[in-house]
Amino acid sequence: MNYIPHTELEKKEMLKAIGVSSVDELFKCIPKELRPKSFNIPEGKSEFEVIEYLKLLSRKNATNLTDFVGGGFYDHYIPAAVDALAGRSEFYTAYTPYQPECSQGWLQAIYEYQTVICELTGLDVSNASLYDGGTALYEATMMAVRLTGRKKIIVDSGVSLIYRTMLYAYTSNLSIEFIETPVVHGQSCREDIYKHLDDQTAAVIVQNPNFFGAVDDFSDIVQQVHKYGALAIASVYPVSLGMLKSPGEMGIDIATGEGQSLGIPLSFGGPYLGFIAVKKEHMRQLPGRIVGATVDKDNKRGFVLTLQAREQHIRRERATSNICSNEALCALRALIYASLLGKTGFQELAKLNYQKAEFAKAALDKVNGVKVKRSAPTFNEFTVCLPKNADEVVCQMINKGFACGFPLGRFYKGLDNYLLVAVTEKRTKEEIVQFANSLEAALCS
Amino acid sequence: MNIPENLLYTKDHEWAKIEGDKATIGITDFAQHSLGDITFIDLPKPGAKVEQSKWCATVESVKAASDVYAPLSGEVLKANTELTNHPELVNKSAYDAGWFAVIKIADLEEKNKLMNSVQYKEYVQGLSK
Repeated sequence: MNYIPHTELEKKEMLKAIGVSSVDELFKCIPKELRPKSFNIPEGKSEFEVIEYLKLLSRKNATNLTDFVGGGFYDHYIPAAVDALAGRSEFYTAYTPYQPECSQGWLQAIYEYQTVICELTGLDVSNASLYDGGTALYEATMMAVRLTGRKKIIVDSGVSLIYRTMLYAYTSNLSIEFIETPVVHGQSCREDIYKHLDDQTAAVIVQNPNFFGAVDDFSDIVQQVHKYGALAIASVYPVSLGMLKSPGEMGIDIATGEGQSLGIPLSFGGPYLGFIAVKKEHMRQLPGRIVGATVDKDNKRGFVLTLQAREQHIRRERATSNICSNEALCALRALIYASLLGKTGFQELAKLNYQKAEFAKAALDKVNGVKVKRSAPTFNEFTVCLPKNADEVVCQMINKGFACGFPLGRFYKGLDNYLLVAVTEKRTKEEIVQFANSLEAALCS
Repeated sequence: MNIPENLLYTKDHEWAKIEGDKATIGITDFAQHSLGDITFIDLPKPGAKVEQSKWCATVESVKAASDVYAPLSGEVLKANTELTNHPELVNKSAYDAGWFAVIKIADLEEKNKLMNSVQYKEYVQGLSK
């Protein structure tokens, strides 16, 4: 497919075929006041000029900062093999093939990706991927609404504000009632969740680790949720699952999350990767494509799209979702990344993240005026209280070469002096010590 | 084609067997035959209210999903959970083992909108012409 627009000659031919004399005449049924006065697009530029212009823009970004920012998106190392394999022409497309069964290689890759997600989450069935963590959480919420026939959702405010904002935007015309419950001492407030939980509740949504970095075991919440016939949904950070109790082990019904950490580079706006996995009993409400394994007439193993009766090309308006595509290329990267690490590699990765974050906590604790919040265990991200506005500190630290964290005041009222710090396996001991020293210097000035 | 005399029928090929204030409902032999091998049935849940001619269940065959409409209004008393693991019962025995649900009839007058076996037979024959 090329993207060369049609020529003047082709336009004339098309206009002639439909019997109008000009493009203006074609659109004359649209009242003049509704037509754009101008498109306000500058003159075309040459390839060279465009590249120079984009380079100029890219130089406005701060580069080469040592990264301690997380908030749902993490600076993990991506082995070169991920780019090399995912970049192969047999794979290099963002789409599920439209004649899927002809592309057995792709279907096998997606099937194996689904297997990785099921193993990580401890759940039975994963789909072929969704757009991002927020979309996945929305789809999980709508699954719960359909499965229970109820419209009340309890959301822990430890769930990322980005996801909550997406959730409210996507459901704004669906008369779904959301109740946000507070985070107390870094963790989900059971008391408040149980106060709102009733037989009208479709689901309770939690996040692990939550936005403040706190790790939790939601088994007790899940138990209560099930007593009322509601579903438990957890948004999880996949790398943490190399170490933490899985959603499946907690009894969670639907696990979702952002798959960026699995071999996908950090970039403003993505493309990222949403994953979703469910208990088998809920699989017919799972949205999107699902690849299944089968045997052909010669008893050879093969792959097919399965449970398609859920999807819009068959079920039409009663489909589980309008999502008919997926993030195949990003899912492939996640699969290659997970395969390269393997089971023990993945566990080691999680351990490294945890240990480096603990080292950073100890280093930051020694900085004058800084208080590391320790009310709950954490994985690779934690909250620190600064003696001054965190936004100001972030600006100061950029000049010292550090992206020092996420200022929590941007998402939570009254937390202007709180900073969320993430430490991945990429951060060296030296960088962490330097980070603590620079922070000390920044706070003194 | 099997069209039992003691049942009532809809134009969408559902049947109802009325016994007192209860009715057993399902899909007809003609329906199961047209659908082919049935792989899954999304049954109404006990306690759910169904309305005559409105959606109450979904039948999935290999590459199609078809909605099933309630022949009568009422409250679902029980659903045939055997079909969860053995949807093929509908293919094998549409009027007996393949029943979908039992409902408590809300308005017995509604049965006047249904066809008897003779009318349904004529209707189905008309479809194949």
